[in-house]
Amino acid sequence: MNKVLILFAHPLFEKSRIHQALVKAIPNSPNITFRDLYELYPDFNVNIKAEKKMLLEHDIIIWQHPVYWYSVPPLLKQWIDMVLEFGWAYGPGGDALSGKKIFNVISAGGQQAVYSPGGRNRFTIRQFLAPLEQTATLCKMHYLAPFVVHGTHLLTKEQIVEYTSRYRELLIKLVENPVPVESLSEAAYMNDYVDLTK
Amino acid sequence: MEDSFLKTALVFLASAVLFVPIAKKLGMGSVLGYLVAGIIIGPFVFGFIGEEGDDIMHVAEFGVVMMLFIIGLELDPREFWKMRKTIVGLGTLQMGITAVVVGTLGYLFLDFSHSVSVAVALALAMSSTAIVLQTLKEKGISKTAGGEASFSVLLFQDIMVIPILAILPIIAGPGNHEAGTGHSLMGDYPGWMQTLMVLGAVAFVFVAGKYIVVPLLRIISKTKLREMFTATALLLVIAVAYLMEVVGLSPALGTFLAGVVLANSEFRHELESDLEPFKGLLLGLFFVGVGASINFSLITNEPALIFSIVPILMLVKGIALYITGKIFKLKMDQNILFIILLSQVGEFAFVLFAFSHQLRLIDNYWTEVFMACTALSMVVTPLLLLLNERLIDPYFGTKESLVNDRDADKIDEHHSVILAGFGHFGSTIGRFLRANGIHATILDNDSDRVDLLRKMGFKVYYGDATRLDLLKSAGAENARLLIAAIDSPETNKELIQIVRKHFPNLEIMARARNRYDAYELIDMGVKDFYRETLYTSVHMAIDVLRKMGMRNYTATRKGMEFIRYDEEALEKLSKHRHEMKDYIINVKEQIEMQEKLLSEDLHASLTTDDHAWDSDSMRKL
Repeated sequence: MNKVLILFAHPLFEKSRIHQALVKAIPNSPNITFRDLYELYPDFNVNIKAEKKMLLEHDIIIWQHPVYWYSVPPLLKQWIDMVLEFGWAYGPGGDALSGKKIFNVISAGGQQAVYSPGGRNRFTIRQFLAPLEQTATLCKMHYLAPFVVHGTHLLTKEQIVEYTSRYRELLIKLVENPVPVESLSEAAYMNDYVDLTK
Repeated sequence: MEDSFLKTALVFLASAVLFVPIAKKLGMGSVLGYLVAGIIIGPFVFGFIGEEGDDIMHVAEFGVVMMLFIIGLELDPREFWKMRKTIVGLGTLQMGITAVVVGTLGYLFLDFSHSVSVAVALALAMSSTAIVLQTLKEKGISKTAGGEASFSVLLFQDIMVIPILAILPIIAGPGNHEAGTGHSLMGDYPGWMQTLMVLGAVAFVFVAGKYIVVPLLRIISKTKLREMFTATALLLVIAVAYLMEVVGLSPALGTFLAGVVLANSEFRHELESDLEPFKGLLLGLFFVGVGASINFSLITNEPALIFSIVPILMLVKGIALYITGKIFKLKMDQNILFIILLSQVGEFAFVLFAFSHQLRLIDNYWTEVFMACTALSMVVTPLLLLLNERLIDPYFGTKESLVNDRDADKIDEHHSVILAGFGHFGSTIGRFLRANGIHATILDNDSDRVDLLRKMGFKVYYGDATRLDLLKSAGAENARLLIAAIDSPETNKELIQIVRKHFPNLEIMARARNRYDAYELIDMGVKDFYRETLYTSVHMAIDVLRKMGMRNYTATRKGMEFIRYDEEALEKLSKHRHEMKDYIINVKEQIEMQEKLLSEDLHASLTTDDHAWDSDSMRKL
């Protein structure tokens, strides 16, 4: 049984179709904790003590957010800056997060084809996430493949349902089963870890 | 033998006190209790009140007068405008169908002339606002579809009485008015002149309300004597009623108009809550009077006639209501409620019959018969409602739940937040909320300020927010939030206590002057309190740090951190405070608390708490 912590960062949640649907799909479980960072820290004054405590209590950490300018929303960056302290998360004696798994659940306006060497954005999603991957690695965490929702502006209702049920199944599977770290680290996306046909 | 006033009052009040609780206990509602009390003490059972019943009816009719004034006051013109289609549509259908069918029946079977048929039909199309509103309120069904439809129809009928009263003299024709009783100014003039006078009186009420009454109320409110305000409110209603009586119009309508005129003034809530107890009592008296005035000798003389008119009449009204409800897509259970609620003939029929009689339009005999039928139909309504509630309604699965009905959308937007106190503190909140599209119901008791703010387009009501009745009329029962922002901490706490006791579901957000204020609010169970002396001082202290050379962002972060720390410390120390035996904080204890606070600061080591962006610690290695 794994405990999952979802750190959610969206500066305009009320206008986001896909994130509202995704958040709604999160199972109500004692093993899953959902924290809405923009709701908790509208003044960007992240409560370091409380956030550290949360991290220690969970095995799998999820950064859920939209991708803005190929990066995370500013409050999530603030969270990383403030919470992942030297001597605690990294550096000498910084082993607090060692062995935990972490990955991103993100939405992007462009389709998957756009995020490729030949596409308009020239790099893949995983390449854009490299700073986060390295942050996790520096903190001795296992960085896993992201769960990605592409083409958010053009999603049909059916596609949203498809993504949200996938997300829900993923969370249940992560809680209930041991995480295959090796294969999930190497995969391009987390999306296919669950098979909806089953 | 002349009964003394005391004896009459004794009989009335005793019968009401005896029968109303019994009726309530039996689930019949207060209206039936009053009516039965009236019948029992009336001339045909015990005869405690006899011939003077007429005089009592005059006094009691004043309850109806007040009720209409308050209905007028409660009519928010914007709300009215939103409902206009429903009101006019439902009302026209109900009155039209009923009047046409009743008129035709009267013309065909009772040998009435055209004009008599019209007069009778219009009077009988009325339903009883007094009974229905009282019932809606008691049963808590005002907000159901059936309740709202009923209110719309009643409103339409009440308004329609004005043109009907204006038209009746014309229908009566020139030959009749000369024989009028002449106790009004109007009787001596030809029909067109009377119609003109009616319109003139209505116009006068509008103009006088706006340019005489409101300024007068402002002057009175400045005396800060509550009983003076009550006296003025009563004077106002009585004066309007008297004026209407002089020109031969229904006093109830005059006061209804006066109410509508004043609905837009800042004194709306104050007037409403001042007159409410009078209205309730007089309305009760009115029902007792109706019960007492039922002419049982006429009923025993003409049982066949009366007992066929009442059911046929109610059936016709019921069918008209059924069709109306169907067209407006009421669900079956709501439609049945709508039918039963409005199937009786109302108090305005008394007015219209009396007026028609005075115009010699309807003769003595038929006036008596129809008045008896009206009173009987009023008695039947509570019984039918009881029957519906016990036997019919449970069969419907579509029962509208009141809880679901109160969706966020359904709650009138500008009533979901009440802001008490509009001084410097409260007005800042009000401005900010308004800038973001939230229009709070504002209560303030400085009439100069109220006046000014109203000119600036705020919805501010004048009144003492710690008064339960005022809170009620400001919508405290349905509001989501109450912001207690009154300048005096004592008044503010008094308000919070009243709200917590009477409206336990209303969430309170409170202004606290300082930490001692805050302790008391914690003790009262208030979770959201805001200390005036915390945020401003910290913001100033941040600027001090800045002027001393600290970077703005760092100083601001330290300030925010300090606020969080101080709020936690407040919780902690509030518990410590409970360990002290005496709750009254004296100077010595204040110093003790301050000391504890300062030593707490030392332990907290506020500056070493976070290392973000700080590479000093790395360099040390």
